[in-house]
Amino acid sequence: MNPAINVGAAPLATPWFFYGLAAAAVVSGLLVITRRNAVHSALALIVTLLSVAGLYLMLYAPFVAGVQIIVYAGGIMVLFLFVIMLVNIERVAKERQFNRIWPVGLLASCALFALFVGAFIKGKSVLPQRMIQLPEAMNTQAIGGALYGEAGRMGLYTFAFEIASLLLLVAILGAVIMTKKKI
Amino acid sequence: MMQSFMSYLGSTVPPGNAGNQLWALIYVLIIFVAVSLTVMWLINWVERKALAHFQVRLGPMRVGPHGLLQPFADALKLMLKEDIIPDQADKAVFWFAPVIGLLASFTVYIVIPFGPSQAVSDMNIGILFMLGVSSLGVLGIVTAGWASNSHYPLMGALRSSAQMVSYEVAMGLAVVSAILMTSLNSTGTGTLSMIGIVEAQQQQGVWFLFKFFPLGVIAFVIFAIAMVAETNRAPFDLAEAESELTAGFHTEYSGLRWSLFMLAEYAAMMAVSSIAVTLWLGGWLRPFPNLLHGPAWEFIFSLFPGLSFAAFAAIAFIGTVRMPSDSFFKVQRIGLGIFGLTLAFTALLLLVIAFVGRGDDVNIAGRLREGIDYVFWFLLKVAIFMYLFFWYRATWPRYRFDQLMKIGWKVMLPISLGALIATAIVGVLVK
Amino acid sequence: MLPITTLHYLVVAAALFVLGVVGVLTRRNVVIILMSIELILNAVNLNLVAFSHMWGNLYGQVFSIFIVVDAAAEAAVGLGILIAFFRNKETINVDEIDLLKW
Repeated sequence: MNPAINVGAAPLATPWFFYGLAAAAVVSGLLVITRRNAVHSALALIVTLLSVAGLYLMLYAPFVAGVQIIVYAGGIMVLFLFVIMLVNIERVAKERQFNRIWPVGLLASCALFALFVGAFIKGKSVLPQRMIQLPEAMNTQAIGGALYGEAGRMGLYTFAFEIASLLLLVAILGAVIMTKKKI
Repeated sequence: MMQSFMSYLGSTVPPGNAGNQLWALIYVLIIFVAVSLTVMWLINWVERKALAHFQVRLGPMRVGPHGLLQPFADALKLMLKEDIIPDQADKAVFWFAPVIGLLASFTVYIVIPFGPSQAVSDMNIGILFMLGVSSLGVLGIVTAGWASNSHYPLMGALRSSAQMVSYEVAMGLAVVSAILMTSLNSTGTGTLSMIGIVEAQQQQGVWFLFKFFPLGVIAFVIFAIAMVAETNRAPFDLAEAESELTAGFHTEYSGLRWSLFMLAEYAAMMAVSSIAVTLWLGGWLRPFPNLLHGPAWEFIFSLFPGLSFAAFAAIAFIGTVRMPSDSFFKVQRIGLGIFGLTLAFTALLLLVIAFVGRGDDVNIAGRLREGIDYVFWFLLKVAIFMYLFFWYRATWPRYRFDQLMKIGWKVMLPISLGALIATAIVGVLVK
Repeated sequence: MLPITTLHYLVVAAALFVLGVVGVLTRRNVVIILMSIELILNAVNLNLVAFSHMWGNLYGQVFSIFIVVDAAAEAAVGLGILIAFFRNKETINVDEIDLLKW
């Protein structure tokens, strides 16, 4: 199938959606790491995940957006909320929430961010000028072809897919055994 | 704006795919208003009347003629009630929890296909989107139980979310075995888009319910049971049962906030019924399109919307005639008469459209007739499922929580896995 | 406004990554550290999908699906370890989880 076409003008209001979703993602990310209450952090993380799913939709990747919503926001965050409610103790809410050397961590992270931005500014010329866009209507089918294979051949990622299923099995077994009271 | 309005008329794709934001917004508003009104009025009234008649009593009879205005009275009462927030509750999260549930239930309506172009947007990942967004409803319940800062809501919320997560697995596997059947068409590629699934059934000439008998039926039954558990309805409503947990996760919610939870629950019921109808029951397709084809049969089947409204109008007129001739009932008699007249007028309108637009599908009346037919058959099938929900609630005792979890993991999951594998094997052999 | 290019998405991903790193380095609550790790993984995913869009092929999207699978497994196992630890020591403070054997 024809994999790529050159994109013309982007749809209307793309900058509005992008800046809105990006602001939502970054502000919620900030709330995740600064809230004292873990439930508030979890809810902020859900908002971040949904904003990033919206950004995936803008990048013409609907299947990854769907997977993000189902697995991340609908599965992992429910797991997090369960565990928070299980281990939430009153003492934690009254303790100090940042450790003693937090200025060092903050400084190191700011240096990392400066490194990233510097790399982006310097390397801007490496990125191609036009963005090539995949047709969105066949996105799921194309990903299915890459994962499972099509037209009788094995896909590029079939082996990795099988290993990922083994990984999930190991994770399930590990989580079940670790949380048993008597092995 | 006028040009954007006019350019969409006559299109054969949903407005989301056509890129027309104005019509997408109009569809969203229509769906939102229609769903809210239907949920609040029709479903509430039918549920109370159906449960009452199952229990050999009459149900609401006073507020309007035969209780038709009861839901409005309930809504008014709930809106005017005092808004009580528990003292130690987490106020922001307490406020936000019903909003999460409502968002999750209503966002699903974007991809529900009422017809081949009557959807807000036909996403490539339609069914994946629906499953994912309805799994966000669990978050609303968990946060509601947590924010109430009381042990009954917390227990109810944890149990309810454990139940929903367990039955989501069986639901997802049943959905996958229906999606597998969409790939048995001429091009050999399946599709996740809701409109594509119904068109695959149309092209293969059989509803997926009857395909590879009994595999389609097994997958459908698994989904039908799992969707009842998914929406916390009887017999899986342990989390909100009054006798067990004092109303579970919405114990501390009163007035308008509680009604938001109920709205979200009924909207979720309609949404999962729509999934079942789209995947197994042929969506907007009328019964027997291949067996009874031809212009005569098309015309007969297109009379159904008008005739069903005429039947409702006839029932309303019979009720008017049979009202007791007391002076107290004069207002109710007049009200029921007006209601019957409205129904009769709608029936007349639909019959006129069916007559004028018969045979062709090019001019305005023909396309209107087609659109009305599609929406009518879809809503009829969804209404059958909603009535089944009420029937289950009236008939069956509720499951104990450990029985519920045992069924979800030890019975439904293996059966749906087996059905999926069998469907895949049969599908490969048939090709 | 200037058109949205890949660079915009990369900057957002870098910001999320740095926020996650700050969370891992400075917070004491184990659950919030695990959530910051999820932030980091999301930033990486966004980067991959943005590049996949730029080059017009699917490699980035498929790899990001595998990363989501990996994040799910890791969250489950990490939270299992946390619960097992909490049963023994009654604390979820990384500063107090400092003994290899007790």
